[in-house]
Parts: sequence; structure tokens; C-alpha cells
Amino acid sequence: MLLVPCPVCGPKNAAELTYRGETHSRPDPNQATPEEWRSYLYLRDNPAGWLREGWFCSSGCRTFFTLERNTTTGELREPLLPGNKVAGRPISDGTEP
Amino acid sequence: MIKQRRAAKYSLGGLIRRGFSKESWPRVWREPEFGSHYDVVIIGGGVHGLATAYYLAANHGITNVAVLEKGYLGSGGSGRNTAIVRSNYLTPEGVAFYDRSLTLYNSMARDLNLNVMFSERGHLTLAHTDSALRTMHWRAEVNKLQGINSSVIDPAEVKRLTPSLDVSENVRYPILGALYHPPGGTIRHDAVVWGYARAADAYGVDLHQKTEVLDVLCTGGDGPEGKGPGGRVVGVRTSRGDISAPLVVNCTAGWASTIASMAGVRLPITTHPLQAAVTEPVKVFLPTVVVSGSLHVYVSQTDRGELVFGASVDPMATYQMGGTLEFTEELASHVLELMPGIGRMRLLRQWAGLCDMTPDYSPVMGPTPVEGFHVDVGWGTYGFKAGPVSGEQMAACVANGRVPELIAPFGLERFSRGDLVGEKGAAAVGH
Repeated sequence: MLLVPCPVCGPKNAAELTYRGETHSRPDPNQATPEEWRSYLYLRDNPAGWLREGWFCSSGCRTFFTLERNTTTGELREPLLPGNKVAGRPISDGTEP
Repeated sequence: MIKQRRAAKYSLGGLIRRGFSKESWPRVWREPEFGSHYDVVIIGGGVHGLATAYYLAANHGITNVAVLEKGYLGSGGSGRNTAIVRSNYLTPEGVAFYDRSLTLYNSMARDLNLNVMFSERGHLTLAHTDSALRTMHWRAEVNKLQGINSSVIDPAEVKRLTPSLDVSENVRYPILGALYHPPGGTIRHDAVVWGYARAADAYGVDLHQKTEVLDVLCTGGDGPEGKGPGGRVVGVRTSRGDISAPLVVNCTAGWASTIASMAGVRLPITTHPLQAAVTEPVKVFLPTVVVSGSLHVYVSQTDRGELVFGASVDPMATYQMGGTLEFTEELASHVLELMPGIGRMRLLRQWAGLCDMTPDYSPVMGPTPVEGFHVDVGWGTYGFKAGPVSGEQMAACVANGRVPELIAPFGLERFSRGDLVGEKGAAAVGH
């Protein structure tokens, strides 16, 4: 079981949240070339390692938030976002709670 | 045509002779010397990689081929799937493709001289809602147009074919009908891997196990170290040394994006685990393969009597292959709704395999922007069914340098053209 730390509700079972997948910044639709737009739509890094991903607390507070998760070990850490005081702070070492 | 190396032919006569003479069977395939140059390097020693190697040798006479496998042959998706084969998909492209696969599976035991235990027992896809029933009619009509034996049947007929199913209306999702596909069935997936490995080895293909690919060597590309679009592949770096090769085929599942990124190619793939489970063996009571899209479950009984269950993919992208309690809970509740009689059976074990999901649930096959680097990836939940035909077609694609008609709709460039092949007949899709 993966415990996902919702910023409002606290740790929740991943099954209670909606997974939104790999996050990328969206190119400006008016400026982007067709190639840039299609890679934004379809192409993914899909790394075996640290992945920045979106989550939606769909059965709770309905907050959208971003996390970093290691896809081979299950470790979690805070993403390097402007709001975070401590960048990349570890949340979980991936072992079963 | 290349002459096959003499391999021990499996036959009743041979079995009797060895039984009496106590002569042991020879090794099934060689442990070859590690070469520094091959005409074609295939990454991934599963059904797809081995089938591609076999058809390269058998159909095109290219035998200076290496298959590189990180673990042992068939240790990935080829040994983790639920071994169901069928061709009743929804898109005409998908139907034509899988029907060819079923044809190859039908003659496989004879072609490879190995009993693959193909059991053509019939395949039922249950409909629990009006909209699912409508999709079943749609699929049946698409299938009939392509000459595939597939029809919609009513609950009474479902009950006649599979008496253990509960077709009453007193359940959350009553069975309203089913898509019946008599040619569908199960096959022994390990035997398919071994059969292709043995046949490819007999042609002189080198099968290197425990050989991990660390990098794909490229030249002339836009990216760092000559990788990326516009470049061409010159070889691979492995845990046992470098290999030079003008043609590299990525036949991996789970690690498709990782290998492709070594050549500077980005793929429209995310890797999700799909969990499966098996029960203790009981006497034969389930004569068909039963699939329910709405309940996300498929069940078949093996020759040993175990029930094999599969589900849809987990929603979260990960390379971890552990099982979860959520899966077991959900599986048990759904299976018991379909077959209340098996409530006392115990699960023996559960496992997960990695599925490379694409946005349209169709695979990505053929050349990439890096010359000489081909992909046969993105198989999602149905890579095993497609093993033989994708091997045959990828071999033709690599050997002739031309994309065969059957796999042309599945090229990587379909995503930049916006020409997706939405395969809603896939197991991962709820109807």
C-alpha cells in the first residue's frame, strides 16, 4: 500500500486518490509548434527512478498537488516547488507502513 | 534458405528410445560465446524478441543475430501474463493483426516441434450493462466482417456454456449477454518462449542471458553523444562488453522507455503494473475463458486445475512488481459475484507484470527517428497474444527496411499525425 501525503488531509491510501501522472509544464498553445504540442500531449519520460507526478485528492479535500516518487523503490519526497521551504525533503522510504 | 543445426527432434519415438536407453536429452539451446559484432541485436529475450529472432532466421535467412536478456529467457511479461489468446478486438487493424497471430499459434506446435498446449476452449466477454452489450454487438459485427468467429449470446446460452457462472438478476451487475469467440483460448506461455528460443538457436542465433544493456551507441544525432533524431545506431554497450551492430530492435516490456531513451528517442508510454493471481488446483469445472470488462477480471482454469485471475492495470505508474491487498480484495469480490461457488477456494499466490501503456492502447512498432533503431513496444495488456505475428512482422520490417502493411497503422509517427488507433477491445479498458 502506498501512503500518499495529501497536504490537507494527511497521509491517505493511494486508492483513495486519483493519479494524474507525469507532470510537464504546458507550452503556450499560441506559440508552440505542432511538434512541441504533440510531445506535450503524448510523449513521456517514464523514468525508472525519480518521477514528478500529479495527484488529486478526489475522495477528500479535492486538492491537486505534486509529489516526487521513485518508481523503482517507492520512496516519496517533496518536489522542488516555489512554496516549499525545504527542497526535496524525504517523506517516505518506500517501506510498508 | 539457411540449414538448421541438428537439434534433437521431440517425438514419441525419441521419448520411447530415451526411456529405454537411459540416454539423456541434449541441452535445448547453447550458451554461446559473446560476439563483438552482429547484423541485428535484439534487446529483450521474451516472446517478442525470440519470435523476431526466429523469423529473421527462418523467413529472411539472417542468422548473425544476438538476443540480449537481462535476466533469463521469458522472465518478464512472457512468463507473467495470463496466457489467453483471442482475436476479437474492436478496430479492423487490431482484428487483422491478432487473427494472424492466432493462425500462427495454431500451427506453432508443428512449426517449432514443441507442445505448446494450445487449448482452443472458447472465450466469453460478459456484458453487464446496456452500453457494454452494445459494444459487444459492435465488436461482433466488426469481427464477422473480417471473417472471425464471434457472436453475441444471451444469458441462457452463457449458462449452458459455463454452468458455474451466476446469470441471475440478483447481483449488482447481472450478466445481460456475452460476446462468444470460440477460437479464443489459452496456451502455455513458457512453452512458447522455449519453442522460439530452441528454434532460433537451431538456426544459429546467439541467445545471451544475464546480459544487461547499459547504453545504445549512436552517431550523428542531434542530442549528446550523437543520440537522438537524425542519427543512426552503431551498437550497444552491455554488462559483458560492447557489440557493434547496424540494426538494434527494442523488444522490451516495462523497460521500453528506458532503452529508447538510451538512443535519444522519447516514447508515448507509461509503465503500469498489472496484477494476477492463481488459486489452489481443483477438478476441472470451468470450460471457457471468462472475461468481464465492467468487473475488471478475467478467469481461466489451467490444465493443472488452478484458476488464473487477471485484472486491469493499476492506475499508478511504477516499475515495482509487488502485489497489493487492494487488488486481492477487489478481485475476490468481483470473482465471487460471477462465481459464488468458489468462495472456499484459497489463493496460492499473486504477482504483477509490467505493462507499457500507450495513449490509444495500441502498440508502437517499426522504425524510429534514429536510423537502425527499431521498436516493438507499448504492448500494454496484450503483448503475449501478439507475440508470433509481431515477431514475424518486425523481422520483415528489419530485414527489408520497409514497414509491412499489417503493422503500418502502429508506427510511432501516428502520434505526430494525430492518427491514433483506439483499441477499446483491450483488457485494460472498462466498457
